[in-house]
Amino acid sequence: MVLKTKILPPVALVSFLIALWWTAVAASGTIIIPSPWKVVLGIAELAQQGTLLEHVAASLFRVGTGYLLAAALAIPLGILMGSFNGLFVALNPLTQILRPISPIAWIPLAIIWFGVGNLAPIFLIFLSSFFPMALETTAGVHTIERQYIRAAENFGVSGLALFRQVVIPAALPQIIVGMRISLGVAWLVVVAAEMIALRSGLGYLIIDSRNAGNRYDLVVAGMLIIGVIGLLLDIAVRRLERLKEVRWKYAR
Amino acid sequence: MHAKITVRDLWKAYQTSDGRLSVIEGVDFEAAEGEFVALVGPSGCGKTTLLNHIAGFEKPDRGEILVDDQPVTQPSKNGIVISQQGSVFPWLTVRRNLTFGLNSLPRDEKRRLADHYAELVGLQGFEEAFPYQISGGMLKRVELARALAAKSEILYMDEPLAALDALTRFRMRLELQRILGSEQHTVLLVTHDVEEAVHLADRVLILTARPAKIRSILKVPFPHPRNVASREFVELKQKILRELGVDAGGDS
Repeated sequence: MVLKTKILPPVALVSFLIALWWTAVAASGTIIIPSPWKVVLGIAELAQQGTLLEHVAASLFRVGTGYLLAAALAIPLGILMGSFNGLFVALNPLTQILRPISPIAWIPLAIIWFGVGNLAPIFLIFLSSFFPMALETTAGVHTIERQYIRAAENFGVSGLALFRQVVIPAALPQIIVGMRISLGVAWLVVVAAEMIALRSGLGYLIIDSRNAGNRYDLVVAGMLIIGVIGLLLDIAVRRLERLKEVRWKYAR
Repeated sequence: MHAKITVRDLWKAYQTSDGRLSVIEGVDFEAAEGEFVALVGPSGCGKTTLLNHIAGFEKPDRGEILVDDQPVTQPSKNGIVISQQGSVFPWLTVRRNLTFGLNSLPRDEKRRLADHYAELVGLQGFEEAFPYQISGGMLKRVELARALAAKSEILYMDEPLAALDALTRFRMRLELQRILGSEQHTVLLVTHDVEEAVHLADRVLILTARPAKIRSILKVPFPHPRNVASREFVELKQKILRELGVDAGGDS
């Protein structure tokens, strides 16, 4: 049943799109846009050279580091912003100003501050994943139903215990939503962030393949690998949403 | 009898955009230790506001509330509120809900209390269930057991059964009577269900429409278990209904 309803439709759609792509390339006789087979050969070539894993590992390392740093700061900050109105009033305009600035706009400053090593892309990924997590966490705390806070007060639970036993678990479902959005965004900006990276990463692979010899098969290979890893990351975070402790907030 | 709860000349008004709204005007009453007092009145008359004051969630403009001869200044574990919308924590299992607020007790003792009260209210077998997996009637049992496990001497019930279907409501009424019969609690029950009040309470306080004042106090002299279809039961019920301005007909 799962096979029939959940796996078959997307597989059929993707197969159809690949067939369409292949036909279009063959029919137009283009020599720039690669056929699906060329892309597969490109991936095989990268795998054989051993550089594929290196690029994937470099990208995952940068995204992982930037993302986890962002989570470590954004979630506590969001909980505090949601809990203390003064802090919210003070910080909210600033976050709303910084949030719409694309990480790409930060690239020149990032290079000045961090050079062209790993730190600059990590900083850009940190920036891009920080705000969705902070804002979703804040909203999660703001929307805690009053009766839970009142009950805690009634049972004499206050201070740190109130955070641990009520505020955090009550906001957790929305914190997880923020984590999922952020991870998507973090992975989305990996290409832009790695435009300034030295010699590694999937973003670097794409830019370098284009610059060094118009290897569009490798460009598309890099794109596909980013897409597939993005899907796997999303599946991984979605597993968090199935925890029994948070399922109450999502669809029953 | 010793007064467990004393309310003396209680006044409360709120500032609204339409001006001053007087909600409580000079309420006086006492509830003895172990007594079950029902507060009935037209909807919106300020019953819930009155209960919130007695439970310590709000401060009166004037007047005094004493529990065990001590002024009430804040909510306490000694008087737990059980409300219509319920405040069973959805992120905790039934058992962890029952031990909520028992932070100071050792683990074994918490577990023993939880199991004892789960059994008393008929929740055995559901200890590991999450709230979204059980019915509305079961949730009420959890809420009651949680208050009992915290050794609350007073229960403040605010339309506790109003959200249940008619059959479950009646069954829970019988259960409430049975469970409270085995413990020595002082109970204030806010309800618009006159039959519920007559079925459960030792005394019924009838409030006026807003601003709330005490219109009359009636003793319910029938021993438990009460027969809701008996002549004197129906007569008392109709007498209260008439005081509330509802003539339900009948021969009395």
